[in-house]
Amino acid sequence: MTKTVTDVICPFCGTLCDDVECVVSDDGKQLLEVYNACVIGTEKFLHSQAKDRVTRPRLRQDDGSWKEISYDEAVEYSAQMLAKAKKPMLFGWSSTNCEAQSVGNEIAEISKACCDNTAATCHGTTLIAVQDIGLPSCTLGEVKNRADRIIFWGCNPAHAHPRHMSRYSIFPRGFFTGKGQMSRKMIVVDPRPTDTAKMADVHLQVEQGRDYELLDALRVAFKGEWLPDVVAGVPAEKIREAADMMKSGRFGIIFFGMGVTQSLSKNHNIDAAIAVTKDLNEYTKFSIMPMRGHYNVTGSGEVFAWQFGFPFSVDLTRGFARYNPGDTSTIDLLIRGELDAMFTIGSDPGAHFPISAVKPIANMPSVCVDPHLTPTSGVSKLHVPVAFNGVEVGGNCYRMDNVPIDCRKVVEPPEGMLTDEQFLIKVRDRLKQLKGVA
Amino acid sequence: MANKITLNLISGRTIQQGVAIEGGKEKPLYRTAAGIIEMDHQDFKKLGAWKNSNVRVSSEFGSVIVKAIETTQGPHPGLGFIPMGPWANSVISDNTYSTGMPTFKGVPVTVEVALNEPILLGIELVQKQCGVKVG
Repeated sequence: MTKTVTDVICPFCGTLCDDVECVVSDDGKQLLEVYNACVIGTEKFLHSQAKDRVTRPRLRQDDGSWKEISYDEAVEYSAQMLAKAKKPMLFGWSSTNCEAQSVGNEIAEISKACCDNTAATCHGTTLIAVQDIGLPSCTLGEVKNRADRIIFWGCNPAHAHPRHMSRYSIFPRGFFTGKGQMSRKMIVVDPRPTDTAKMADVHLQVEQGRDYELLDALRVAFKGEWLPDVVAGVPAEKIREAADMMKSGRFGIIFFGMGVTQSLSKNHNIDAAIAVTKDLNEYTKFSIMPMRGHYNVTGSGEVFAWQFGFPFSVDLTRGFARYNPGDTSTIDLLIRGELDAMFTIGSDPGAHFPISAVKPIANMPSVCVDPHLTPTSGVSKLHVPVAFNGVEVGGNCYRMDNVPIDCRKVVEPPEGMLTDEQFLIKVRDRLKQLKGVA
Repeated sequence: MANKITLNLISGRTIQQGVAIEGGKEKPLYRTAAGIIEMDHQDFKKLGAWKNSNVRVSSEFGSVIVKAIETTQGPHPGLGFIPMGPWANSVISDNTYSTGMPTFKGVPVTVEVALNEPILLGIELVQKQCGVKVG
C-alpha cells in the first residue's frame, strides 16, 4: 500500500508552490510519484531517490581520490578549519531552512567569519536598491486576487518559475480577477522574444543592457512629455502604448529578474524600476517584486537581517557585523584572495560563480555541504552529503513575497544521514570547545 | 578559412537547465542542457557553421567549448545565450563594479568553429580549469 502526502511545499524556486502531492511507500522510506509540481520540482523530489546518491562524507586525498569518513570526522575537519582560519567564508544558505541558517550565523559569530548568500549572484543588487529608495510591494495572494496589469521585466518565468503564471500572476481567477487571463494585460521587457514574451500583449524588445534608459523613457511617457523616436531599441509609440496600458489598470505589479540585476547599471536599474512603480501610484495602485530564485534565498536574507542587520555580504571578522558590497561580498573577496577557508552550504558557487572566483576555492581548505554532486563538491576538500531540505526534512522558508511557509517532510532520508541543521549544530558545538566559548 | 564572429553574450535560466541541475550535475544531461550557446539563424550564416557544431567561445575573461544550437527563443541577431552554469561562467565578466554582482549579461565574445574539440562535463570543466587533481 502507498500513501499520499498532500499540501507539500516544493523546495525549488521562490514561488514555493504549496499544492504538491507526493506518493510514498507505506514505510515512508521511498518517494514514488509527484503530482502538481513543475518538471524541475518533480526532478528535485525524485532525485532524492537516486540509487547512486552519496550518503556519507568524503575527504579528498593527496592523490585526488575520495576517502569515505564518518560524520564525526567531517565535523572535526570543519570545526578545525573554521577555528584556524583568519577570514573564513560561510557561503550559500539559500537551499536550506531558516533553522539551519540561524545555527550557521552562530558559527559565523564564533569563528568571526564573513557570511553571504546566493543573493551575491541574483538579487544582491536589488537589495542595494531597496536600501536606496525602498520597495512598494505586496503578496502573491494580492497579485492573484487583484492584479490586472502584469509586467515581467528581465525575467522568464516560463523557464525559471514555471508555475508562477498559473498559480499567481496570469491565469488564476482571483476575487477581483474572475476572468483569469482575460482580465489581465501582460507586458514583457526582454532583449529576446522568450517563451514568456510570446504570451504577452506587449513585448518591449529592449536592447540588451539599456533597461535604465527604457525605464526612464516610461517615466517620461507617463507624463505625456516628448520622447525620441527610438529609446533603447524600442519605438516611442510602443513605449507610449505600454505606458498607457500600465496607467489604465486597477492594480499593477512589476516582477523583475536577472535581466536587470546582472546587466550593467545593476542596482541603478532597480532604482529606476522602483521609481517607475512610485510614479505609477500617481495614477493607480502599483507594486514591484523581485523574482527570487532559490526556494529560501528570501529566508536567508530575512535571517541575516534579523540577526546581523544586513541581508547579505556580512563581515564579522572584527567581532561585529559590517556590510559593504564590493568589499565584503564573496566574489570580490575570493578574487582579491582575502579568504583562507570556504564553507559552502545550500548552493553551488562552483557552477554559478565566474571561474576566476572558483579557482581560489580549489586552493584553500574547503567544505561543501550538499546532497548532490556539484562543481563545488568537485573542487572542495571535504564533501558532506545531507538530507534533502523540503523532501527529507521540513523547516521554515520564505516565499519571494516574504511570506514564511513551513516546508513538510515527505520521506525519511537514507539511514544515518544528517540534516543540514544537525550537522551544523555538531560543528557549532565542537567549534565552541575549540574556541573556549561557553 | 575559419570565420570568427563577435556576439554580445548573456546567460540565464532555461527549463532544461533547471531539470538537469536537479537531476545531477555530474550527468551528461547537464552538458546537453547548459554546455551550449543559443545563436540566431543569421549569426550561423555569418559564422558559416552548421547547427549543432562545437564552437569555441572566448572573451577577455576566458574561453570554453560549447555546442552551437539555433535559438528557440529568437530572433535575436547579435546576441548569444549560454544557459547559466560553468560553461557560461568560463567567459562572463567577473567585474562586480563594487556591487558584489558579476556582470553575467552583456559580455562581448568571439565565436569560432571548433569541430574536433570536446565539450567537457560540468564538474570536469571546473576541475580542469581549477587544476584539481582527480583520482
